Amino acid sequence: MRRFDIQLAELNDMLIEMGAMIEKAITQASQALKEQDVELAKKVMEEEKYIDRQEKDIEALCLKLLLQQQPVAKDLRTISAALKMITDMERIGDQAADISEIIVMMGGAPYIKKLEHISQMGEATIKMVTESIDAYVKKDLQLAKAVIKYDDVVDDLFDRVKFELIELIRAADSNCEQAIDLLMIAKYFERIGDHARNIAKWVVFSIRGRKTKKG
Amino acid sequence: MEKVSKFSLKDVNLWYSDFQALKNINMEIPANFITAFIGPSGCGKSTLIKSLNRMNDLIEGCRITGDILLDNESIHGNIDVNMLRKRVGMVFQKPNPFPMSVFDNVAYGPRTHGIKSKFRLNEIVEKSLCDAAIWDEVKDRLKKSALSLSGGQQQRLCIARALSVQPDVLLMDEPTSALDPISTAKIEELVIKLKDSYTIVIVTHNMQQATRISDRTGFFLLGELVEYGKTERIFSVPKDKRCEDYITGRFG
Repeated sequence: MRRFDIQLAELNDMLIEMGAMIEKAITQASQALKEQDVELAKKVMEEEKYIDRQEKDIEALCLKLLLQQQPVAKDLRTISAALKMITDMERIGDQAADISEIIVMMGGAPYIKKLEHISQMGEATIKMVTESIDAYVKKDLQLAKAVIKYDDVVDDLFDRVKFELIELIRAADSNCEQAIDLLMIAKYFERIGDHARNIAKWVVFSIRGRKTKKG
Repeated sequence: MEKVSKFSLKDVNLWYSDFQALKNINMEIPANFITAFIGPSGCGKSTLIKSLNRMNDLIEGCRITGDILLDNESIHGNIDVNMLRKRVGMVFQKPNPFPMSVFDNVAYGPRTHGIKSKFRLNEIVEKSLCDAAIWDEVKDRLKKSALSLSGGQQQRLCIARALSVQPDVLLMDEPTSALDPISTAKIEELVIKLKDSYTIVIVTHNMQQATRISDRTGFFLLGELVEYGKTERIFSVPKDKRCEDYITGRFG
């Protein structure tokens, strides 16, 4: 195997590793939310720095490859897609940490409502992130497109959560501050869905050389 | 808007005795474009570029079928080969100035075409050297030997010499492969500038050069034109696996 192919394989491994790190961060943030596990939430916040470091390492490798190998065709697409994807992946790490920070602030106060749809948002975004990374690894165009489409599910769930929380606030007999906190958590999940969709779009670009029609 | 073709190649096959060097080449080379030919050694790209001004006529055993049209006129029909080569100039891999003065190198072509007026020759030499972006460097030593110039200057002098007979087309066979990066950059800048007035066909082994300067790229392999299209598309999303393997260095 020539040196450039070894370096590309290394880039692939590092992206898979970063993908696993952000999947773990969202999974643990979701679990901490569901179980009101403040310690687990703190752990997610603490480990965010490893995701940031991984982003920097991948970025450095991509820039080195652009400089040394002057890639073209699929190599150029792979490296430029990787450079764009890690920005979204790093943001997902940030948002998992932001969710965790709110969980810590809320402490163990009983929830004003059953977390049905927010939990579903967590599950849906985990699925999107996992599948977008899978699509990259397997160069699976259909899976990437499915992830892009699935973002609608997360957006619908967000609208539902928002509507439910507005109703609770309007009733005025509940903890309004917690309602706002939960709305922010839902918004972070919704943003994670957007970032996973962006990752999937770059996967589409790396496979066929152009992004989806909607950019 | 559809570009006007400078060259149209129709079913071009070429043999050197029993060896078939070009196989059924069909392509349109647009006017005022830079078209790059790429491919591994022996793929036929230099043979093809030499066919465009019938330099292969001089090679014994060379036989060609099909047709090459220059401005819709066959270059194999009733055409004066000297006039063809006046219209289609060539610059080679290694700078090859004549062992004479800078001035005489550039004036050589116009003189052979019958221009004797000193005033007219001065005009042509200055314009050609200006167009080849070397006038400022040689204007004070026009009487000096061309061989005293650096490699990069010699190559630009050869371009000036090619321009001196006012061609339509400039064929360039790896024009920078013997030059340092600074001279290469100057030639590339010059080639981009020249395409406003000339059609340029360039053979290059330097992929980055093809991506930097050309509008169209043709990839050749074993005498076939495997893929031909917009340079940006060829180097970002090639369609043919052999082309992709070659440009990404995974060939063979």
